[in-house]
Amino acid sequence: MSILVIAEPSTGAVKKPTLTTLGAAAKIGGETHVLVVGQGVADAAKAAAAAAGVTKALVADGAEYAQGLAENLAPLVVAAVKAGGYGHVLFPATTFGKNLAPRVAALLDVQQISEISGVVSADTFERPIYAGNAIATVQSADAIKVITVRGTAFEAAGETGGAGAVESLSGTGDAGLSSFVGAELTKSERPELTSARVIVSGGRGMQSGDNFPMLDALADKLGAAVGASRAAVDAGFVPNDYQVGQTGKIVAPELYIAVGISGAIQHLAGMKDSKVIVAINKDEEAPMFQVADYGIVGDLFKIVPELTEALG
Amino acid sequence: MKVLVAVKRVVDYNVKVRVKADGSGVELANVKMSMNPFDEIAVEEAVRLKEAGKATEIIVVSIGPTAAQETIRTGLAMGGDRGVLVQTDAEVQPLAVAKLLKAVVAKESPDLVILGKQAIDDDSNQTGQALAALLGWGQGTFASKVVPGDGKMAVTREIDGGLETVDLKLPAVVTTDLRLNEPRYASLPNIMKAKKKPIEVLDPAGLGVDITPRLTTLKVAEPPKRKGGVKVASVAELVAKLRDEARVI
Repeated sequence: MSILVIAEPSTGAVKKPTLTTLGAAAKIGGETHVLVVGQGVADAAKAAAAAAGVTKALVADGAEYAQGLAENLAPLVVAAVKAGGYGHVLFPATTFGKNLAPRVAALLDVQQISEISGVVSADTFERPIYAGNAIATVQSADAIKVITVRGTAFEAAGETGGAGAVESLSGTGDAGLSSFVGAELTKSERPELTSARVIVSGGRGMQSGDNFPMLDALADKLGAAVGASRAAVDAGFVPNDYQVGQTGKIVAPELYIAVGISGAIQHLAGMKDSKVIVAINKDEEAPMFQVADYGIVGDLFKIVPELTEALG
Repeated sequence: MKVLVAVKRVVDYNVKVRVKADGSGVELANVKMSMNPFDEIAVEEAVRLKEAGKATEIIVVSIGPTAAQETIRTGLAMGGDRGVLVQTDAEVQPLAVAKLLKAVVAKESPDLVILGKQAIDDDSNQTGQALAALLGWGQGTFASKVVPGDGKMAVTREIDGGLETVDLKLPAVVTTDLRLNEPRYASLPNIMKAKKKPIEVLDPAGLGVDITPRLTTLKVAEPPKRKGGVKVASVAELVAKLRDEARVI
């Protein structure tokens, strides 16, 4: 049985979540195809076909797919799955994949397996539950496995090495249920949170959004992304797309610097797989210190500028 | 506009769950249970729509054991008008939940169904999308703002890159994210009033839905433990450790 990976929308290079999903596909094993959808995605399809392990890129190009509306995409994916006889359909566990995959699974009458963090066999997977406080091993009885893949748990496939052909799919049209109005995307010169090597994150201890430029300065020294805890996002210090945690972004950088974050389990769920964790907090009892490799107790408003300075 | 809200009874978000020694699951005996936090946000949004004169009736639905009636009562105390419990002691996985909700929708014909984006026990994040698919409706997932219009609804969604807004034709499904609203606490008089509100009890067989699980949990294990490290006394020491010991900068 072959595997169909649904690509994170792109009009050019293959996105990191697609590459880590390909990494999970490689663990399952089998011929792997990628479905590229959007508008003006010819280059993206070529790039996907060239990724390591890919033998074919299917492409559906159309205005109705431009904004990633699940109502329009789900029938297309279902048609592709049925036509190709795929045994596994894998989506990255991004907001794009999480929005679309359950719609596809329901149309196929399949119980989706969400956010797998491990592959035991072709029908058995590991996934975190209860904010990562437990890992469940689940076996699927469905003929088709519809899965979302937690990017931090799998190695990204190479961007080159594949020699797949590109094949066009005929579209399934506009479902007429939804339409795109607009977007307010955060513009940043910094790396994306989910692919950054270093992340500097701020919590309630930052006291105000006005203090976040202090973290930006540190992040710029380290080539880091800036994140935040739910408390900081709820308080309006920073936009929602900064949120790291159980219900926000799941990250696992080489270095995670938690500034003024106490370390609620919901936040730890999103970052405890980071390689090295640094905690900066004035409260020495903060749970963050229990998972941090290096902790420094003190006033973050003194420590952060000092650290930025020390990094020269 | 008739609004249906789905709520789930889950382990309270403040409880530190423990994996059972035999690896069969997590310890649920004598653990505090509450309404899934995202579902509280769903109930709150429905109540606000009613207070704004947009919603006419709010039906609070849950699926689970008899004790899930308490969760429904919580929703009724917040402002729901009546409840529906699809009662079962069996494990009900998200696809089956969506099928049961579809059957309740067929009975009630709501214009809008609001659910939490995910339950904090199984962290699946599936039911709303699956329900929308089965109904052939539009879906506004991870909503941080909803604005009802004429036969449609504008939903602002929290996405990885920021926010986006979509227009959905009604009827539609909306799933809530954290910033949609801040749920109210039910007042004592409203808790008392909620005790008199009706809850209809249904069962999966009566709704003609097969809820046989498709996934079998083979085992549940503790995640690898992360050991706490050292406290450093100065920024200079921290930089030295990161450079020479951890080698990450």
